[in-house]
Amino acid sequence: MPHNQSFLPLAVLCAVTLVACGKSETPPATPAATSELVVKIGASAPLTGPQAHIGKDNENGTRMAIEDANARGVTIGGRKVHFELLSEDDQTDPKTATIVAQKLVDAKVNGIIGHLNSGTTIPASRIYSDNGIPQISPSATAVSYTAQGFKTAFRVMANDGQQGKVLGEFASKDLGAKKIAVIDDRTAYGQGLADEFAKAAQAGGAQIVAHEYTTDKAVDFTAVLTSIKGKQPDLVFFGGMDPQGVPLVRQMKSLGLNAKFMMGDGGYTPKLIELAGAAAEGTYASLPGVPLAEMPGGKDFSRRYEAKFKQPIQLYAPYCYDAVNVMIAAMQQAGSAEPTKYLSGLAKVSYDGVTAKISFDEKGDLKGGAVTLYQVQQGKWQALQTMGGSAPAAGH
Amino acid sequence: MDILLQQIINGLVQGSVYALVALGYTMVYGILGLINFAHGEVVMVGAMVALSVSQLLIAAGMPPLLVLLLGLLVAVVVCMLLGYAIERIAYRPLRNAPRLAPLITAIGVSIVLQNLAMIFWGREYHAFPQLLPNNPHTLGGAVINDVQLIIVLVALAVMAGLLLLVHRSRLGRAMRAVAENPSAAALMGVDINSVISITFMLGSALAAVAGIMVSANYGIVHYYMGSILGLKAFTAAVLGGIGNLRGAMLGGLLLGLIESLGAGYIGDLSGGFFGSNYQDVFAFFVLIAVLVFRPSGLLGERVAERA
Amino acid sequence: MKLNQNSKFLLAALVLVLLALPFATDALLGRGWVRIADFALLYIMLALGLNIVVGYAGLLDLGYVAFFAVGAYCYALLGSPQFGLHLPFWIVLPLGALLACVFGVLLGAPTLRLRGDYLAIVTLGFGEIIRIFLNNLNAPANITNGPQGISMIDPIRIGGFSLGSTHELLGFTLPSVHLHYYLFLCCTLLVVFVSLRLEDSRIGRAWMAIREDEVAAEAMGINTRNIKLLAFAMGATFGGAAGGLFAGFQGFVSPESFGLMESVMVLCMVVLGGMGNISGVVLGGVLLVLLPEALRNGAGPVQQALFGKTLVDPESLRMLLFGLALIVVMLVRPAGLWPSMQRRRELIADDGVVQQEQDTVYDSSK
Repeated sequence: MPHNQSFLPLAVLCAVTLVACGKSETPPATPAATSELVVKIGASAPLTGPQAHIGKDNENGTRMAIEDANARGVTIGGRKVHFELLSEDDQTDPKTATIVAQKLVDAKVNGIIGHLNSGTTIPASRIYSDNGIPQISPSATAVSYTAQGFKTAFRVMANDGQQGKVLGEFASKDLGAKKIAVIDDRTAYGQGLADEFAKAAQAGGAQIVAHEYTTDKAVDFTAVLTSIKGKQPDLVFFGGMDPQGVPLVRQMKSLGLNAKFMMGDGGYTPKLIELAGAAAEGTYASLPGVPLAEMPGGKDFSRRYEAKFKQPIQLYAPYCYDAVNVMIAAMQQAGSAEPTKYLSGLAKVSYDGVTAKISFDEKGDLKGGAVTLYQVQQGKWQALQTMGGSAPAAGH
Repeated sequence: MDILLQQIINGLVQGSVYALVALGYTMVYGILGLINFAHGEVVMVGAMVALSVSQLLIAAGMPPLLVLLLGLLVAVVVCMLLGYAIERIAYRPLRNAPRLAPLITAIGVSIVLQNLAMIFWGREYHAFPQLLPNNPHTLGGAVINDVQLIIVLVALAVMAGLLLLVHRSRLGRAMRAVAENPSAAALMGVDINSVISITFMLGSALAAVAGIMVSANYGIVHYYMGSILGLKAFTAAVLGGIGNLRGAMLGGLLLGLIESLGAGYIGDLSGGFFGSNYQDVFAFFVLIAVLVFRPSGLLGERVAERA
Repeated sequence: MKLNQNSKFLLAALVLVLLALPFATDALLGRGWVRIADFALLYIMLALGLNIVVGYAGLLDLGYVAFFAVGAYCYALLGSPQFGLHLPFWIVLPLGALLACVFGVLLGAPTLRLRGDYLAIVTLGFGEIIRIFLNNLNAPANITNGPQGISMIDPIRIGGFSLGSTHELLGFTLPSVHLHYYLFLCCTLLVVFVSLRLEDSRIGRAWMAIREDEVAAEAMGINTRNIKLLAFAMGATFGGAAGGLFAGFQGFVSPESFGLMESVMVLCMVVLGGMGNISGVVLGGVLLVLLPEALRNGAGPVQQALFGKTLVDPESLRMLLFGLALIVVMLVRPAGLWPSMQRRRELIADDGVVQQEQDTVYDSSK
């Protein structure tokens, strides 16, 4: 077999890798002093696959919080603490998410930041709950995540119900839209948000003239947009993420569908403007919390993030950053990093994060749930107003 | 009425995209009887390479048309080399192996290409520069822009070119001979290996063209874009009769039309019970219905025409 | 089947290893790997089911995960707060398998005339259709809860014994993953047993006759229609049963678990391991579940060792190496890692035989 030779290096590489796999866990970095307490924070998000760019952003936010904490030197119960990040790829796959969850539990993490999607967060939450490990999701928005009754499940993000309501009210009341078309991408996030939006918009007096669907892999929306155009809506709402939002808004413009365009937090990204260019002008989007620029430390955070990772914040990095810090704050209050010890404190914590003043209700949802609305004006996201929740303590 | 016309235009444009990719599938299938599952990823690589080249050239201040041509050239060359390499490495050693073995290597190749692209071009979505004009034209209340027109024309031109190549050239005759009976062709002095290599390279060159057209139309590229496109194009090729060039074109256009008309009218037809969420179900039902009555696709029977 | 002293000893050793496996893994590698072993068993069941369709009967099925989905959703709908039904495990699981079997026949019936790649695309379409329905049947009437999926599914409960929690048994502490391991192991052994018996039965021989030459098989008096439908039905039943176990194990199902990639992975297990050979398929299932997880831990340290620093993110390399492994294995062993005796004979035979086999089995167009 003449061709086999060319594969020898590959085969060797694979073999080496396989052999190396036998030794499973990477040895933890040895702490500087023996008195130092090592606290492991587990993080999980998709780092491969179609949503990898957002997953990596989450990991970056978490990493930054941990490095900051190590740099400033945190003491818990009188002992100096060294935080360690264990980040795992859940591939947006519910099954892999449970494996990852179990592995993180095995590694004796003190807390979990993750996962990115509701579809992975929910099955994994059962494992964290069984093992009593607190979990803070920075971005899962499905209402059912915290409705399972797990004491360990928290999130620092407004859920679909909270956010959809604000968006629907804003569309029907502030923007005065009478005829609204809704598109959703049939993911847990898009469908949940779009349904809550539609409910609130109808309650606000608007009429839903069309409800169309797409997928989270589609790039061509001309067919659904054409049929929406026939119904002449004042506003089109899309429940989905920016990779679909970009071609969607471009195709709206090229089809001559001149309605206002609105998305949820999945649309509030620098990429939307970068990729859609002029077509993005006038687009509305929301983001839970108050504008980063208005929070103490917010501007500083985004500047440092950009310097460190050589890219702007994609989406949820600030929430991951907050999630870690909330967890650390609860540990400090309890004087222990033991999950059983600080869990009850986490439920009662109150913390000034870069995204909002964070405290949890009895389910583990973000209390108050302020949502800020933004619009693309002259090629930049401009904050319009913050609705619901408490206003920021200090706005500059 | 203008809505219906617009839906038909939408379908034709989308269908031409499918057809461009499907032509590449069908070329390879016709000659080897092998579904090149990695074809969609080659399309993605074509788009990505064109993106990198055009970003470089635009920064150097070249005019868009020149950028497009150079980008196309580089992408075509890279994809041809890639196609050659894929065939040599992943398919040729398995030519006499059980039929499903190359299917698995094809899946392996597409996983490898996807992840390599992720490492090279990053995880983010990229904006594809606007190299083709996109002035809208109004046509009886419906809109079509330049890029879309160009896509339809390119797809037709590519199909016509391939038909000419296969039926009027010496190489084409060799290709048909290999498709018909490789051993007999070899006895007649046809160099089977080089004919197959050339077919793969041609198919990959088409993939590069398709990649650039798709990216120019949607203005967005991503390392994951190939898989769904490849799947749709595969469906289109089978619908038309896989291995048949005219079939790929017909299948592509039909699939595009079915999707857009399905998404547009399925709600009205089913009294609101089904919506555009069942677009793909509708498309697959049509496919199954066609295959039940014509088990080898719409135009799949004229075996002599396979190439 | 007569066993000599030697193989009796081997068998006993194997049984012991399988029984001790979760404890050994838990102690050495952590409980995460016990969970991976659970999934490996589930996938072995799936792969053995698909092996009946693809390996025995030679029908290329790219939508196999649909049956897995049917079984899983059947369990989820009848054993969760979704409808407030909490039917016991021993009713729901067979029901899911039966339902999957019906779906298998539904898929088989219109595709009897199709062969090779045409069959592949239709089965692929079927898989997608099932997934799309599951993803959208939350309106107008909420049946499947749409993309949100169904959570809070009852754990598998045998009598009053719930597999969802830790138990103390005969001095052993048995956590949930261990209990599931033993249940899945029993189910897998049952599937292996049924597969073995089928292989040597009249039906099994009929399947293989169809695989080798459908026309000749028909001429020999085999009712090809019924036999092919039976292959689809049997394969689907195993898939449905595995789906039910999956739902009970995970406690959550959502349509994204049942995408095309899952079907492709199961097919890879069958082909990579060795189509038509039970041991090969088992090996394929184990490898393809373990490999991506093993690479998760391996890719980073190896780079460290080779280059002194991490050049590329380990998680980007993981799937890359997985793809490479697929290619390399197929190139080195085109008939799979552990091919069936018959296939091995075919490969040793001259090219003409192989060519003929290819032409007739998978493709009618030549």
